[in-house]
Amino acid sequence: MTTASSADTPAVVTEARTEPRGRRFTAGPALAYLRYVGGKLAGAVVSLFAVLVTSFFLFRIIPGDPVRTMTHGRQVSAEQLGSLRSQFGLDLPLWQQFTHYCGGALTGDLGTSYQFHAPVGSLIAEKLPATLLLTGTAVVLYSALGIWLGTRSAWHSGGLGDRFHTGLALTLWSVPSFWLGLLLVITFSVGTGPVPGLFPTGGMASGDTSGFAYVLDVAHHMVLPVLTLVAVQYAQTLLVMRSSLLDEMGGDYLTTARAKGLRDAAVRRRHAVPNALLPTVTMLFINLGHVAAGSILVETVFSWPGLGGLFYQALSVPDLPLVQGLFVVFAGAMIVMNLLADLLYPLLDPRVGR
Amino acid sequence: MARTVPSRNALRPPRPGRRVAIGAAAVALLATAVLPVRGAVADDSKGGEKVLTVAVSQSVDSLSPFLAQRVISTSVHRLMYEYLTDYDAGDGHAVPGLATAWNTSPDKLTWTYTIRRDAKWSDGRQVTADDAAWTFNKTMTDKGAATANGSFVANFKKVTAPGPTTLVVELKRPQATMTALDVPIVPRHVWEKVGDFTRFNNDRRFPVVGDGPFVLTDYKVDQYIKLRPNKTFWRGAPQFDELVFKYYKDNDAAVAALRKGEVSFVSNLTPAQASSLKSASHIKVNDAPGRRFFALAANPGAQSKDGTRFGDGNPALLDPRVRRALFASVDRTMLVDKVFQGHAVEGEGYIPPRFADYFWKPAAEQRIAYDPVEAAALLDAAGYRTGADGRRTGKDGRPLGLRLLCHAIDPNDKAVSKYLQEWWAKLGIGLTVDCVDNVTDPWMSGEYDLALDGYSVSPDPDYVLSIHTCAARPATPRATGQTDDFVCDRPFDELYAKQLAEYDTAKRADLVKRMESRLYDTGYINVMAYPNAVEAYRTDQIESITTMPEAAGNIYGQDGYWSWWSAVPASGSAAKPGGGPSAGVVLGIVAGAIVLAGAASFVVLRRRVDADDRE
Repeated sequence: MTTASSADTPAVVTEARTEPRGRRFTAGPALAYLRYVGGKLAGAVVSLFAVLVTSFFLFRIIPGDPVRTMTHGRQVSAEQLGSLRSQFGLDLPLWQQFTHYCGGALTGDLGTSYQFHAPVGSLIAEKLPATLLLTGTAVVLYSALGIWLGTRSAWHSGGLGDRFHTGLALTLWSVPSFWLGLLLVITFSVGTGPVPGLFPTGGMASGDTSGFAYVLDVAHHMVLPVLTLVAVQYAQTLLVMRSSLLDEMGGDYLTTARAKGLRDAAVRRRHAVPNALLPTVTMLFINLGHVAAGSILVETVFSWPGLGGLFYQALSVPDLPLVQGLFVVFAGAMIVMNLLADLLYPLLDPRVGR
Repeated sequence: MARTVPSRNALRPPRPGRRVAIGAAAVALLATAVLPVRGAVADDSKGGEKVLTVAVSQSVDSLSPFLAQRVISTSVHRLMYEYLTDYDAGDGHAVPGLATAWNTSPDKLTWTYTIRRDAKWSDGRQVTADDAAWTFNKTMTDKGAATANGSFVANFKKVTAPGPTTLVVELKRPQATMTALDVPIVPRHVWEKVGDFTRFNNDRRFPVVGDGPFVLTDYKVDQYIKLRPNKTFWRGAPQFDELVFKYYKDNDAAVAALRKGEVSFVSNLTPAQASSLKSASHIKVNDAPGRRFFALAANPGAQSKDGTRFGDGNPALLDPRVRRALFASVDRTMLVDKVFQGHAVEGEGYIPPRFADYFWKPAAEQRIAYDPVEAAALLDAAGYRTGADGRRTGKDGRPLGLRLLCHAIDPNDKAVSKYLQEWWAKLGIGLTVDCVDNVTDPWMSGEYDLALDGYSVSPDPDYVLSIHTCAARPATPRATGQTDDFVCDRPFDELYAKQLAEYDTAKRADLVKRMESRLYDTGYINVMAYPNAVEAYRTDQIESITTMPEAAGNIYGQDGYWSWWSAVPASGSAAKPGGGPSAGVVLGIVAGAIVLAGAASFVVLRRRVDADDRE
């Protein structure tokens, strides 16, 4: 077949994908892959260093005197104000503050929060699990839902299901998350009309539970915030998946697959979807990179004790060590996820990295 | 055809692993659906215990009394630790706290407090004068320990405890606020083990030893703060079995929780929230006189203590006629009606009327009434004539335009700004409104003409008066001062010094009122309204609770522990049903079952299709 003779055709990709894993990278391609990985790793390290430096200067451009903001309206003496400046190291020249910051960051010490009087690392570590749990669950769910519905919409494009799902997803995408969240709280937490209050109004747990009961309690508290995030976000995965699958649907290799007698669902799942997944995978990793940053609005509406709220509080002072630390974590998560996506591409599509 | 031939796999029963997974999902879904009732019971009554749950939003900055500056933290300290003196719930005058009595030396420089014998720390040890002396001395000698309360001891020369019930404080200068020392007294035997006070947050080991009406038993950042009654509290133990401050970062969600009964109390209600709750069953809205003033501040020409002028305040505001004209064209009644929707009182003097001893209002002839005609005449007299385009121009030919600094996060500020723009436009004055998140920086740099100002006033007015003294200005333009609005007025300063040295309550109150009168006349701080404290609680959980002032006052953020200490549980607050499943549970189970059935069908269908494909 003519398609099989061209290295750029999707059919070859399909062939490559059906090769046993152990034979995919022979000595030559393996070396190329290693070179590819090395390049990506080096790029990530350079990016991380740039983030470290940027985070120091970026937040010093923002107007705001932390000592003034923190003590405004409080009964404080001039001596106390001076003492706070010295305690925070704000009385030092900028270059000294920078060297202290770099020295600390390289040894894993992100400094001490001005407003919470606690190490930035421990403040972030305390709230990171809550954010990862909430946003991570939502990303996994809305990506899966988006891929599933996007696949079906594309496969039956123009049909009633396609129009319904695309329309619904776009409508929910344009709904402000805090508004939808509040609506869900009023409807399903407080209860409206015949609908009883099924879920808690906020927080991560009711307290006084442990073990399996605690796990269930947290799951119960997660239902509405996860539902809000999924409802608002799944549209993007749906649309990307739908669009890339539509691009693949005219491919000759699908006709070939059908000609082999494969069922329509098998053609879709085994041949079309894998080739259409690459843009969605990119988006999935970008979304996973955002997981650490959480969602300020949804965390606020549902009083979820995550990093989004902490970042807002840090910015409003500005609590420089905390805001710097959070910026490094957020940007670092994005860099790591991008790196993972880069490393995964050659496995999904062997043309990448050659 | 492959489709018609049943595969071996299709005939084979599902693999055990998949069945386990389906079973686990079913259990999780059903258990999750059942949880609502358990949660509600846990929140309101834990095994018959009476729990008072208060919705809060502000994050704790520190639970160390040496570091804490935020209202939430200092409010919790009020509950954990007794202070030397308390403020009476009725009228705010000083009443015995840890000290049962106090007297001063004839030269006014030595204060001797008698420490009560019936106070114990929650670990059983006796509270002594030595604990108080150690607390003050630590604050005086350790810069880190002075972070929160250093200003209270700035005038202290020496603090000693000659006996277990005698505390002696020697001052550098007379200080009338010695019965208003808002400093939590901590147990020396616990706190002397702390090394670096700047890093110790008092939030790792529970219960925390204290001598207040409650003992801190648990804390999770931005989730909850839990306290239990101190059964040995000298004034008597609180009646609720537990007090929980539960976090709701969004006030609408907190109101929803109040409606549902997940919390007993919510504060800081908007007018819309208050009116929606007024008709709700088992909920009482407390719309009480507040402790804040809401004012219009004019830049008097920012100047540091070293005499350097800085900032860019409009010089037109240095003319008292212009300031008076601006305020005379502000319709305070309309602001109360339209912006605060009735949840405020029209502004008069500097200190709100709930502080009856210090409240002052201008006499009829002194009062700047709403009178746009007089305002126009004043501007004419000041040399600002209206041109053909309707705008007023000064003698230099420049149009009179002002800037207003306001808080972007405060909806009242934005609404008031609109009214001011409209009223002053009628006078021919242009107003540029600059609502920003961080007002502190432009404000403290003197880069404003007018600003919307507001402070919470304590029962002792010393602090809110001190911020208008010359000494409160920054030492240099780049330094940080305590000043509110760069006001420096010698007659006001003289009165301030006199009131601080006046130990006779009535005479001091008279001096304070004279200061308010002077502040009113100078016209740099113009109080437009006193916003109410609007809050609500569930009457089926709280039977009664003390407000401050008792006659009509707030519940949250009191200058004391009166509200939570006095709260009486409602008789039915622990009587939530725990037996049969509610409609919620049934619906939850049905929803769970539907989802489960859908998931199971999906899996089975997929397995069949897979099997066909394999064929």
